Amino acid sequence: MGTLLLIALTATFINNFVVVQFLGICPFLGVSKDTKSAFGMGVAVTFIMTLTCLITYPIYTSILVPLGLEYLEIIVFIFVIASLVQMIESVLKKFSPTLYNSMGIYLPLITTNCAVLGVAELVIDVGTAEALGLASMGLLNSVAYGFFGGIGFLISIVIMSGLREKLKNAPFNKHLKGFPIAMITATFIAMAFYVFSMISL
Amino acid sequence: MGKLKKIASDGLIFSNPTLRLVLGTCPTLALTTAASNGIGMGLAVTFVLICSNVLISLLKNVIPNTVRIPAFILIIATFVTVVKLVMDKFLPDLYSSLGVYLPLIVVNCIILGRAESFAFKNPVFDSALDGLFMGLGFTGAMTLMGAVREILSNGSIFDISIWNANSFSIGFFGSSAGAFLTYGLFIAIFNYVVNKIQKKLAKKEAK
Repeated sequence: MGTLLLIALTATFINNFVVVQFLGICPFLGVSKDTKSAFGMGVAVTFIMTLTCLITYPIYTSILVPLGLEYLEIIVFIFVIASLVQMIESVLKKFSPTLYNSMGIYLPLITTNCAVLGVAELVIDVGTAEALGLASMGLLNSVAYGFFGGIGFLISIVIMSGLREKLKNAPFNKHLKGFPIAMITATFIAMAFYVFSMISL
Repeated sequence: MGKLKKIASDGLIFSNPTLRLVLGTCPTLALTTAASNGIGMGLAVTFVLICSNVLISLLKNVIPNTVRIPAFILIIATFVTVVKLVMDKFLPDLYSSLGVYLPLIVVNCIILGRAESFAFKNPVFDSALDGLFMGLGFTGAMTLMGAVREILSNGSIFDISIWNANSFSIGFFGSSAGAFLTYGLFIAIFNYVVNKIQKKLAKKEAK
């Protein structure tokens, strides 16, 4: 239980995927214009990150490593993710057309979301396990890492979209409009999250 | 000649992938803590970009339109695996400092973006040039940002000390918040400069 709590804190706050590890910045900037679609995107990413860990970790440890095929990891992982995203897309299209419409172009782009491939790479990385004081991650911890990493993504993208909604009508210099001001907004979120890195566990 | 000039100026300035299109932001923010990381990552991306652009351009009549995205990703993933293995063997220091961001080149939007919007429609030689200049635009922007952040946070550039970091340094620029701030200001300044250039060019043409 202690390990799970540690993973929850680490993946969600201390090593927040977006503002500390810089994974998944494209949707963080692209789909954060209004809170509703940001929330939808966050939930979709969380779901896919959890499932990705659930599938890629066993594939890596019980198929690729015993066969000595570790170098195929990138290709295998990206294909698992691509098919997962395709699946989610079909499911959403069928059951929640509103959510499907609000995410629009960004849903297929979850495939190329660094956070998803990043979490698959991070849970098989020895460094991640060592930082948590474990010899290796194990399936349960990996899935937890994926889930809480996704929650971290969700929290930061929702905060970001809230701030951007407030800033929408603020008078800026025209060169700062769009991406620059979004980056500067993200600066303050990153500063807030920096406080969590002071926590010693 | 005119074509070469257009591809070069697009890649380096007018459609600079990092500063104008704001693609491939993850490695840009994460790896610009030092100028040398910027160059290493930039060149790795440039290599993958040239190779994938050439191969996709060669195969553009073979790949069916409906499955083009999976095909692009497979091609890109193959070249990234090549880069990863080569770098692991010959440049272990750089390999460990790039960390998880090296396999993440696969999902770098610049490469998929160029495959989709350029290589799939243009001849091989043009695609190779486009890959080269887009890659160099990315490398240049990353190195410049890396240099600025390294100087401000560490008092050094390319690991060569300029002044004593103990007497003056702004640690903020080495942190994640500093990465966002630097990137945001870079985009703003670059937009300003490019707008000026474009206005000047338009005036010249009007004459």
